[in-house]
Amino acid sequence: MNRTCRGPFGALWNEVNTVQDEVSRLFNRVAPFVAAPAAGPHLNVREDDHAIHVEADLPGVDPAKIDVTVTEGNHLAIRGERQLPDIAGATWVRQERASGEFLREISLPALVNADAVEARYENGVLTLTLPKHEAVKPRKIEVKFAS
Amino acid sequence: MACCAVVQKAEKKDRAAMVRPRVDILETGHEFLLVADLPGVSPNDLDLQFDKGELTMRGSRAGSRAVAFERTFTVSDMVAADRIAAELKNGVLTVKLPKIEAVKPKKIAVNA
Repeated sequence: MNRTCRGPFGALWNEVNTVQDEVSRLFNRVAPFVAAPAAGPHLNVREDDHAIHVEADLPGVDPAKIDVTVTEGNHLAIRGERQLPDIAGATWVRQERASGEFLREISLPALVNADAVEARYENGVLTLTLPKHEAVKPRKIEVKFAS
Repeated sequence: MACCAVVQKAEKKDRAAMVRPRVDILETGHEFLLVADLPGVSPNDLDLQFDKGELTMRGSRAGSRAVAFERTFTVSDMVAADRIAAELKNGVLTVKLPKIEAVKPKKIAVNA
């Protein structure tokens, strides 16, 4: 089955689309594509009663250089950078992975306590746990009956 | 700016999504280097096979964002299959495919 699709750098790719039979261009000379700026890592945001959880796929990024900031209680910014493999004397055969700087900024669905944010980087996935600010946690409200 | 006016409810997934990982391939005089993005995959969840000239990577990620990564490459017989080496770190798989001696570049001495 032939499928024509736009590749990540705006070039038109024709690809034989079966997983079994990936005819890779591994040993054909393919001109390397000039990388367009990446839109940035996709973010998954979940909310429960006590915290907001954010996951971002950031494979191959140095965790010491990932910059996570929370401003004004609900603006989250994740910034970082990844370099492509740089090997002297190498020629590119295929180039699909994004590189360069990235920045994702989102507004969170609730105010969070910026001092208590936890960040973990494991197997290339950044997981943030942002505890909600006390004022916005759900509260049970007791209803008094007039009798 | 209005945010989160529509919030998606987390849904249970019956099956993991099948994803082809993005791959960079480079070539030097003595080897090919294949680099694949497999975020969230630990070495225990990675299966890398070389069979009949085909290199297949299968990785899985569990949890709420369960994913099954899979991709196969045809590898030419320029590659010394018994010396293929791989490393998985921070969600990036690096596979070194050394070339057989016969195809490595060789300096040829010129007699004066």
